[in-house]
Amino acid sequence: MIDVNTLIGPYPFRHVPHPDPEVLVRVLDREGLDGAWVGHLPSAFHRDPSLGNRELYGALGRFVDRLRPVPTIRADWPRWESAVHDAREAGAPAIRAYPPQWQLGPHDSSMRDLAIAAAEQGMALLLTVRFEDLRQRHWMDSAGDLSAAAIRALARAGEGVRLIVTAAGRDMIEEVHWGLTPSEQRRVLWDISWIWGPPEDHLAKLFRAIGPDRFVFGTQWPLRLTQNPRANLDLLPDDLRGVALADPTASLVR
Amino acid sequence: MIDPGDDATTQSEPLIDAHAHFYHAATGRADWTDVNAARFRAGERIGITYHVASVLGSYGFSSPTYFPSPADVTVGNDAMLDICAREPDRVRMFVTVNPNYTDHALREIARCVSRGAIGIKLLASRRADDPLLDPIAEAAAQGSVPILHHIWQHRRREWPSQEISDGADLARLAARHPHVAFILAHIGGGGDYMHTFPAIVDCPNVYPDLSGSGVDRGMLDAALDALGASRLLWGCDLTMETGLAKLRALEVIGLSADDLSAIRWRNAARIFPNGSFPRCVAATDSRTAHEIASNQQPATSNRR
Repeated sequence: MIDVNTLIGPYPFRHVPHPDPEVLVRVLDREGLDGAWVGHLPSAFHRDPSLGNRELYGALGRFVDRLRPVPTIRADWPRWESAVHDAREAGAPAIRAYPPQWQLGPHDSSMRDLAIAAAEQGMALLLTVRFEDLRQRHWMDSAGDLSAAAIRALARAGEGVRLIVTAAGRDMIEEVHWGLTPSEQRRVLWDISWIWGPPEDHLAKLFRAIGPDRFVFGTQWPLRLTQNPRANLDLLPDDLRGVALADPTASLVR
Repeated sequence: MIDPGDDATTQSEPLIDAHAHFYHAATGRADWTDVNAARFRAGERIGITYHVASVLGSYGFSSPTYFPSPADVTVGNDAMLDICAREPDRVRMFVTVNPNYTDHALREIARCVSRGAIGIKLLASRRADDPLLDPIAEAAAQGSVPILHHIWQHRRREWPSQEISDGADLARLAARHPHVAFILAHIGGGGDYMHTFPAIVDCPNVYPDLSGSGVDRGMLDAALDALGASRLLWGCDLTMETGLAKLRALEVIGLSADDLSAIRWRNAARIFPNGSFPRCVAATDSRTAHEIASNQQPATSNRR
């Protein structure tokens, strides 16, 4: 199983212990995970993510069998097209983008262009709804959550577009899913890192209503405990235990 | 394919969820029985020996969750008493009160403690250091029961729907009532827990519970470093998967067996009235039984 939602590097708003690829590999071993898709956490907050991408490619070089880079690409930054090409050359299965942090609205045309360009290179576009709970955010962290409208707009951008949306909760997932046509719904995968388990059983309700094949395994390491999504799966009702999640590689990358 | 584990954790020791909730018919939720059943289902999977639970009035149906009317408080407590009566082997009760209605609150505490409640639940109806909470704390002392107080970790402004308190607010109340144990609710329940630990470090009668949907890496380590294992209680609140994740995380961060045992249940057994958890004591050795009977601190490490 692949963890699609991991990051390396420090977080600007609080101390995060050991956000290093060496530690991530040990965590994967401990948790029985085959590999991880890895982003560069500081790049979400940099104006120009290109140096962070270079750092990401370098840091993961020793772990190519387990860790695949997911670089950050700003669609409103000059020469973003070559960054998409570089990502593909580096073996990236996806690219990351952070519209709220870059103040790009839900219908920003550059984000649409980025999603299509990634799709043309056989890569998914990985989006992050939030890094932290709203109630604990630093006063300088004013970006806000990614909106459901932004996800819907990108899902409608084109036939080939593939989105992986991380850190969403049940309400957002349902709002987006039922606001798309069936063919548009198939362009979106959701990671389970922030979905509530029992007693509210949001994950079980989503599996029953939408299907487990729309969901992938993600932890948001190093910000959150790696044990959480596995615990959520282990606490599913009996009729859902052992269900198969989507394989992000098979489902998304051509 | 996910391989479901046969065992939720590697531990076979008792486990007390010090922060749980149940629902009832007057909460306006059509699925309230399903939610209660899901808590028991997950509890069995995790290995929870006792759920120490409260009902928060009508949960907003006929009065606000954090400002419940006296009538809703009574209906909720009645529902909680009924659940305890039906599940005597695995459920214990906090009596919920609204301190703005002092006479009603004191009557509810007397009524429910006499029927088996082992703690008092305070929401966010009045700030924790307000003098109106003093008679509640005195009632807790008289009944030898702890108070579980809803907390926002670092209150930086007013938030809607709550008169929120933080660790510093609770510390002031705890200092005025040094013989009452205060459970500081859900360090993972929102706000900045890194503010909470130094705010309460010098208040030995404040015990944070680990519950809440927040599973930040570093949170458990920081709590242990600041307070030590003897001050922490395990709990779930509204998200039991985060409770299980924290249990599993505690198992891999190098705690001693005694520290883990303290957090799982022995601290709770010490704070709540003697005899509250007979299935826990029956499952353990005579040393633990002696510790609990004599209200001694368990043999945790001095890691702070």
